[in-house]
Amino acid sequence: MFLFRFKRTVKLGVKSLWMHKLRSTLTALGIIFGVSSVIAMLAIGEGASRDAQEKIAQLGSHNIIIATVKPPEEQTAGGQQQTLQEYGLTYADAERFRNAIPDVQVIVPNRRVSQQAQYRTHRISAEVIGTVPWYTDISQLRVKFGRFLSSTDMHYKQGVCVVDERLVKDLFGFDDPLGQDIKIASDYYRVVGITTERAVAKMASNLEEKDATGAKKSGANLGGIYIPLTTVRDRFGEMSLQISSGSGRTIERVELQEIIVKVRDIDQVLGTRQSVQTLMKRFHKKNDYEITVPLELMRRAKEFQRIFTIVLGSIAAISLLVGGIGIMNIMLATVSERTREIGIRRALGARKRDIIFQFLSETLILTLFGGILGIILGSSIPFMVTHFSQMRTVISITSLFLAFGISAAVGITFGLYPAYRAANMDPIESLRHE
Amino acid sequence: MIQKVDNAVNFETDTPILVMEKLCKNYQLGSVELRVLKEIDLAITSGEYVAIMGPSGSGKSTLLNLIGCLDRPTSGDYILGGQSVSILDDDELSMIRGRRIGFVFQSFNLINQLNIVENIQVPMYYQGFTEHESAERARELATLVGLGDRMKHRPSELSGGQQQRVAIARALANDPLIVLADEPTGNLDSASGEEILTILDNLHEQGKTLIAVTHDEGIAEGAERVIRLLDGRIQRQEYNKKTEDRKQKTE
Repeated sequence: MFLFRFKRTVKLGVKSLWMHKLRSTLTALGIIFGVSSVIAMLAIGEGASRDAQEKIAQLGSHNIIIATVKPPEEQTAGGQQQTLQEYGLTYADAERFRNAIPDVQVIVPNRRVSQQAQYRTHRISAEVIGTVPWYTDISQLRVKFGRFLSSTDMHYKQGVCVVDERLVKDLFGFDDPLGQDIKIASDYYRVVGITTERAVAKMASNLEEKDATGAKKSGANLGGIYIPLTTVRDRFGEMSLQISSGSGRTIERVELQEIIVKVRDIDQVLGTRQSVQTLMKRFHKKNDYEITVPLELMRRAKEFQRIFTIVLGSIAAISLLVGGIGIMNIMLATVSERTREIGIRRALGARKRDIIFQFLSETLILTLFGGILGIILGSSIPFMVTHFSQMRTVISITSLFLAFGISAAVGITFGLYPAYRAANMDPIESLRHE
Repeated sequence: MIQKVDNAVNFETDTPILVMEKLCKNYQLGSVELRVLKEIDLAITSGEYVAIMGPSGSGKSTLLNLIGCLDRPTSGDYILGGQSVSILDDDELSMIRGRRIGFVFQSFNLINQLNIVENIQVPMYYQGFTEHESAERARELATLVGLGDRMKHRPSELSGGQQQRVAIARALANDPLIVLADEPTGNLDSASGEEILTILDNLHEQGKTLIAVTHDEGIAEGAERVIRLLDGRIQRQEYNKKTEDRKQKTE
């Protein structure tokens, strides 16, 4: 019998809402936008955080990245034409890590140089990474064709290189790069392997941009060329000439751009970080390095995401609140408009709770209808965002349930008072109401 | 929950179904207490047709509201169908209104967004009839008042007389003890008014208890008993000839 009543009440509610189509639609709009903004904002927030976490995960949760940072420029005596600046990580640092830190699994020293790469007549900028054969152990890099650098290459300082897919696309077009020679600076290098895009370098630079420095503008969109570290050291040297407008020419000497330390167990990450820091402090007077721990970044990103979600959530909640107040307003108007009907129903035997139920169900129908439309709209907004801005979005099932629950809660909260007002009207007065 | 109205109770013709003892109703108007009804004593037996008349301000409407359980007396006792209703709470009063009383209003008071059948279903809905049962009975009642061909119409599409007939059908929906009419012909032209009076007379002949508040002498003539109110008191009661005839008949 309850079900029957329920059905009747719902039917009645739909009917009277249908009688004021425009009004009901406008009222529902508040909820539609509220709910869809909740869903869209949560989807965008979730997408951003997953993106960040994946990028950080690509850096390797077991890794500690020590990167060279150009120290703040020391004010040299004016008028000096040439200065030699020496800073950054050294081969000695890498050696010290290997000898002094117990939990290290592998150590990868990297040298990065920005260079022009030429294939036949085509020439593009690329990032040359001087590295070691076990670089693949600490990164997500996968070899797709051919092979990665080998220890023989290292030992004999071979003029070979491994390129990534990005460079292949930009430089070779439809040619098969394997076995071809590319020219970097004044030497030729034979391509022996092709790897996936170097997400690692890209991510690292992104994250570092967020962290203060910005000194290292490693081309995130450049192709990567991997060359044995020994070869790079041999052919490029460690000097680089920089001409700045103010103080004339500066020669910089940097041995290594980064050293990546991988530990065996994830629990050892933080302890090892401490050891690395102590070592670096002892041997580097200048503040010319930076230690990045992806694990810590991950934790920070999670914290950041939590705050982000709270902020977005409150904005959405406010819009839902406004929608709810709109509903309450309309329901109060409806109640006073239908005073006479309420009087008639009371005279014909309706109890207070029957009246409450009637008006509450009307509000609920409105909000749930708005909620469903809002879910549809809210789920389509993230798709458009992804389509137009390449931003990643993730719609979680939880957020759909949350949105639906919220709209029901808004309906009950803001419907209760008007319904209560309706039920408590004096039947005699209401019958007299014009 | 409540199923159907219990109609099995058979009231003896002379057992009063409505008894009022020293019934008073006061209204607080600011600091002044307005005594609208002063110690009304009244008994109405089953099957009676009573008209309540009186000038405006005499307390007719207040009395009607009290009889219809829309209001509670300030003091005194009101027994309806053997049950004292002056002590009931709001929910119980609603139930009494739904089951025992059928209202017919001066301005019809139909719900405009519902069609005729749905309007007649309203009181049954609150008494827990199923959709099927109540729709069936509503159609029967609509046919009974001569609106069998208008069942899907909205009240606004009907004439005043037709609307009032729907209201009467609605009042009969739960087979109440008393049909309470408040100026049932007040908003109607004389022809439609006649129609309504005929229907009321018919109901009376079928044994329904009717109480009408009216200015209409036509109703007063049709009624068995006329109660004249003045200043919140029963000024006098008149028994029409018809009643005498009937009493003789029963004797």
